[in-house]
Amino acid sequence: MGQIKNHEVEELVQNGIVVTSVEKVLNWGRGNSLWPVLFGLACCAIEMMAAGGSRFDLARFGYEIFRPSPRQADLLIVSGTVTDKMAPLVKRIYEQMPEPKYVIAMGSCAISGGPFVDSYNVVPGVDTIIPVDVYVPGCPPRPEALIDGMLQLKKKINNPNVARLMENV
Amino acid sequence: MSNDKLKDMLVADLGGKGEITEFLSEVVVTITSKELLDLANKLKSDKYDFDFLVNLTAVDFEENFTVVYNFRSLSNKTKLVLRVVISKEEPSLPSVIGIWKTADWQEREVFDLLGIIFTGHPELHRILLADDFEGYPLRKDYKFDSRR
Amino acid sequence: MCKDMTTKEHTLKTQEFTLNIGPQHPSTHGVFRLVLTLDGETITKAESVVGYLHRGIEKLAEARTYTQVITYTDRMDYLSAMLTNLGYVQTVEKLIEIKVPERAEYIRIIMAELQRMASHMVAIGSYVQDVGITGTSIFMYNLIDREKILDLFEMVSGSRLTYSYMRIGGVADDLPLEFIPALEKFLDEVPASIEQYWALSSKNEIFQSRLRGVGVISAEDAINYGFSGPNLRGSGVDYDLRKAEPYGIYDRFDFNVPVLENGDSLDRFLCRGAELEQSIKIIRQAIKDLPEGEVIAKMPKVIKPPKGEVYHQIESSRGILGYYIVSDGSSKPYRMHVRRPSFINLIPMDEMLVGLKLADAITVLGSIDIVLGEVDG
Repeated sequence: MGQIKNHEVEELVQNGIVVTSVEKVLNWGRGNSLWPVLFGLACCAIEMMAAGGSRFDLARFGYEIFRPSPRQADLLIVSGTVTDKMAPLVKRIYEQMPEPKYVIAMGSCAISGGPFVDSYNVVPGVDTIIPVDVYVPGCPPRPEALIDGMLQLKKKINNPNVARLMENV
Repeated sequence: MSNDKLKDMLVADLGGKGEITEFLSEVVVTITSKELLDLANKLKSDKYDFDFLVNLTAVDFEENFTVVYNFRSLSNKTKLVLRVVISKEEPSLPSVIGIWKTADWQEREVFDLLGIIFTGHPELHRILLADDFEGYPLRKDYKFDSRR
Repeated sequence: MCKDMTTKEHTLKTQEFTLNIGPQHPSTHGVFRLVLTLDGETITKAESVVGYLHRGIEKLAEARTYTQVITYTDRMDYLSAMLTNLGYVQTVEKLIEIKVPERAEYIRIIMAELQRMASHMVAIGSYVQDVGITGTSIFMYNLIDREKILDLFEMVSGSRLTYSYMRIGGVADDLPLEFIPALEKFLDEVPASIEQYWALSSKNEIFQSRLRGVGVISAEDAINYGFSGPNLRGSGVDYDLRKAEPYGIYDRFDFNVPVLENGDSLDRFLCRGAELEQSIKIIRQAIKDLPEGEVIAKMPKVIKPPKGEVYHQIESSRGILGYYIVSDGSSKPYRMHVRRPSFINLIPMDEMLVGLKLADAITVLGSIDIVLGEVDG
């Protein structure tokens, strides 16, 4: 067995054989079936529900299985304001999820505290507690914006090197 | 029941204590915490029949704390505003939970955010803030750093 | 033949068990915690813990102008934002004592009743999903109808959920030309649609037996606890603020208030469904009588109400929503307190749950119809 040369790849594809790496296949699988945790905090959760409804339809991307238990999910969509009383619980749910896991911060309250940032009880952005992959701005963001955010996440999963480069830019 | 009749009955029951006025066509009674339980029991009785306590809240004025009660009578179709003035050094007054059970969580909220103590309430502890929160946020002298 | 295990020699040792229905749970409609003490499957003690979404809106309102506070009221009861806006602006207008133009009053009625329909649709759909009967299908149908209402709202205010459409003295903008035809088309289509999923849920035998007799509260207890809205009318008390203390121009409209007798979860649910029909009736009358004119009164650029305290309440989709505002003559409120129906409707729940089974806890919680943004404020 030797290395497969580039011109041989085309011949294989014509015969129905695709050659790729294990990492690419795993990323493709993970990106195309993200299972979110049912975790709605405030108003943005209603737009998340509407995104799961039949008009905007998350199901056509493979994302509609919302799991009630964090141990069976791989995506945490923080939708709504995180208060001081709720912050340790958000962290605990994040820690209960198995690797690999991703976080989307949806809405301006989750990104930076939103209109309530001057309050005595509000955490200024969920990225002070857990690492965030994608930020979806809006108050609340439209369901189409949330779907766009999830597709950006899929792009990020499929190209981990590009994502690492962009982080340091 | 008309406002004038209500005012006359209240004047008779309070016996000269407190202050009774009218603002934006609602009768407003201002008393201190000593007259509260007595008047509250009379208001619940069939004479006035104020069976619905719609709102219980408190305000931090410069000179005092004022606890405000809003009543409705479903049978007589009347409204009443009761204001109880208490001092800032000793902010406490009797609880009306034995008369209107809706005062349960509303008094806890006032205690939680303003630090006013309702004597006789069976479970007066914090309800909206975490148990280890220090201070009473809605007081005007509560200082905190902005996290912007 | 089984041996009877509870004879003197074979007694079963039992122990009470504490179950935490935590802040993250699919059926609690948000971040709400319920701690139950169970003896087998029967609840012996229930304690609700709230405050996981307390954002301090009352303190924030003291640092904003009167018009800026309107955007905070949207985010409190986010499923009936038009109604929370309406309550706030009417309270300030009561203090300033100005008259709102006629066209604005009619537009407000149309928006308020459409919002009531949208809120009840979500309540019905998510409740049926919680109880478990035909799961998500009915919720999907409800969401389709709700999307049509949200399209209408987007036409006037530009937003789907947090509109901030009401202003002190009127409404923000006039109706665009295509609004009334679209609204009439919606009103013609929606009764058939409601009939379709209403029959699936309320006439379902299993659904009825799951809800009948569960979570009963008597009329006297309901008033004493401060219950309001469809919850109060499900216990036989005919008290709807649109008829008892009419605000705006509700006294010009002809509609009924559905009242049911038994005080259990099924009656509360049926009340909400019946109110959908009455809202359609009110909107049709409002479209017929809609006059021309201004949509906002002449207001100064900076609103400074006179010194004083005022309390005003409206009938929101969840109950009696009241605002208490203290003004010191400046451009910012000195104190604003909101009488939140979801917060007060939760008070009797701890007692209603004692003696029921574990699955009934979710039934009762869903029938009270809470929104956590309003519970915590």
